Amino acid sequence: MMDSDLSPQDKKDLDKFIKFFALKTVQVIVQARLGEKVCTRSLSSPTGSDWFNLAIKDIPEVTHEAKKALSGQLPGIGRSMCVEISLKTSEGDSMELETWCLEMNEKCDKDIKVSYTVYNRLSLLLKSLLAITRVTPAYKLSRKQGHDYVILYRIYFGEVQLTGLGEGFQTVRVGVVGTPIGTITLSCAYRTNLAFMSTRQFERTAPIMGIIIDHFVERPFGNMGHMRPCNYRAPGEDEGAYNGVEDSQEVCTTSFSTSPPSQLYCSRLSYQPPVLVGAADFCHPSTLNAANPHQVTTQMGIPGKEGGVPQQVPVQPCHGAQAEHGRVSSCPPADHVPATPSSSGEGAETLSRSIEVKGVSPCDVLETTFTRKVGAFVNKPGTQVTTASLDLPFAAFAPRAYDLEENDPMVQPPESPATSSPLQGSLHSQGSGESGGPAQDDFVMVDFKPAFSKDDLLPMDLGTFYREFQNPPQLASLTIDVSSQSMAEDLDSLPEKLAVYEKNIDEFDAFVDTLQ
Amino acid sequence: MNCRSEVLEVSVEGRQVDEAMLALLHTILLHRSTGKFHYKKEGTYSIGTVGTQDIDCDYIDFSFVRVSSDELDRVIRKAVGEFKDAMGNGTDGMGQISLEFYQKKKSRWPFSDECIPWEVWSIKVNVVNLANEQERQICREKVGEKLGEKVINIVEVINQHEYLPKMPTQSEVDNVFDTSLKDVQPYLYKITFQITDTLGTSKTTWFCAY
Repeated sequence: MMDSDLSPQDKKDLDKFIKFFALKTVQVIVQARLGEKVCTRSLSSPTGSDWFNLAIKDIPEVTHEAKKALSGQLPGIGRSMCVEISLKTSEGDSMELETWCLEMNEKCDKDIKVSYTVYNRLSLLLKSLLAITRVTPAYKLSRKQGHDYVILYRIYFGEVQLTGLGEGFQTVRVGVVGTPIGTITLSCAYRTNLAFMSTRQFERTAPIMGIIIDHFVERPFGNMGHMRPCNYRAPGEDEGAYNGVEDSQEVCTTSFSTSPPSQLYCSRLSYQPPVLVGAADFCHPSTLNAANPHQVTTQMGIPGKEGGVPQQVPVQPCHGAQAEHGRVSSCPPADHVPATPSSSGEGAETLSRSIEVKGVSPCDVLETTFTRKVGAFVNKPGTQVTTASLDLPFAAFAPRAYDLEENDPMVQPPESPATSSPLQGSLHSQGSGESGGPAQDDFVMVDFKPAFSKDDLLPMDLGTFYREFQNPPQLASLTIDVSSQSMAEDLDSLPEKLAVYEKNIDEFDAFVDTLQ
Repeated sequence: MNCRSEVLEVSVEGRQVDEAMLALLHTILLHRSTGKFHYKKEGTYSIGTVGTQDIDCDYIDFSFVRVSSDELDRVIRKAVGEFKDAMGNGTDGMGQISLEFYQKKKSRWPFSDECIPWEVWSIKVNVVNLANEQERQICREKVGEKLGEKVINIVEVINQHEYLPKMPTQSEVDNVFDTSLKDVQPYLYKITFQITDTLGTSKTTWFCAY
């Protein structure tokens, strides 16, 4: 359908809906990867600032990034908006986890009503996005980010790039909404192969086309370039007020008509000054540790039931508004960011998550696997320490076969080189004075952190103890000093020994009697 | 208008029944709830805002999003609690909990209003008993993955954009929506369940209307 078939008002409204849908999509995705639970309140009365009748907070930085990526354009046919989620370890290795794509194809729905049906379906699509963002594998990873890795996001506009997701990536479609100018589709492609490779394999080539966001801002994890951390928190958020409130304020569509033919149109809304909406509780993203910018502490705020800032409900923008047949009024959307009350409440905790090999609990097995993968980052080609789980797609979500430990060389070190007899093996030992030996060097062990190994009292940790004593020296009584004796000498000494035994035979017999 | 019917099946351990049912029912209700309608003059109405919150399951490696409405949550929990009690604690069994969205059609006296379902979600639950902690641990993750698949299934169906009741006038709103809650407005729904006892294969149906 040609754009010219769409009334100017419909076109204007549709563009607005698409623009704010794109912005809200980005907010939902990034907020779902902050690593914390999100909580917003329902409001029985519309505020005029909640697009699509959903309480989705606007993080100013994210809105800014999204607008920068869009650069005044809208997602359209051949122009997709993508949000890329990556993981970056503290050692600098990174991996793309998923890419969310907001696209439009050429399939048009001429008969659909813009301001009613399209609007409501976009609302439904956002709800689906809220649900799906908790289901893809990156969600669990993002909930555990902190010390050893962080989740980053990048927004770009143009052609979709999925090559960084590795082989065998899966796609889930969130939903579609038909419009008179094309069908909006929202989908997610996510990585299934979580095995880390060397950083060289992850060097990214510049996209062929499209607007790329490139931010050279000081980051706690070093040069993250164009990626933004999902747990980064701009200064000033502690006060509960977002910075960067836009000057141009628009109120979003909240009013509809129930008149049968005009049921599909919304009423004209007037411009509203910025209002404070403090009713939505929001789990604050983590803060940077000022003392050590490389240490990110994840704060997990338990949302309080009551917001800190009382809600100020504006004058209902719909008063006096009249639904007009055949016209869709201009409904300038709300673009300001509402103030956020402190949601720490009494239950706020600070969790410092460090991924260590701590035990065999399932949560930790994921972490265990992860640490080993980090260990495999040592820049050595060829054989690396791998467990059976590293070959599995989404190893973290594979069944916890406890034979993992049986196959794991870090738990069951490889045996010493095969020898024909134990005796000969002992003859080749390094001697009683040395511990360890070549056996422990058969594999590369980096950052071996055995379970419960943390020990502040002794200078030696469990790992060191294990390495030093896994090849103890042979007992002296089992050692045959070949150089000092020969077979012939053994035979010569036999008659003397026999004579001694025969002389003392009575003693031996008496001893045997005591045993019976 | 034909009623759309969707069936979801899950196998869970006894202690996971509550959370698994809550996760799926709330996911469906998230998509089938709007903000409160406020009718004005000239036939216009405004819609309130629906908030959402993340819920972490204790017995399943899974998190889901539900509508921020304690009232709605209480109602659903009560229904799920009754379903679980009917299933029996810790015993093997099969059951089915159904979430039915319907419209009321006014009838003239002396006939009562007719309830016409337009969408029915049936969740078949198979409860298993596990022998040891290792199996339970595996079950935690497996059920979490399964629930994720079910959420994707739900979203696929919802986004087919099939029949939805027309937005009602003020006088008709109670025929389409449940307006009893203060903060959100789900479509009129009812929850029913039936239990199949593996011993006697007898079916017992409880009807639970909200």
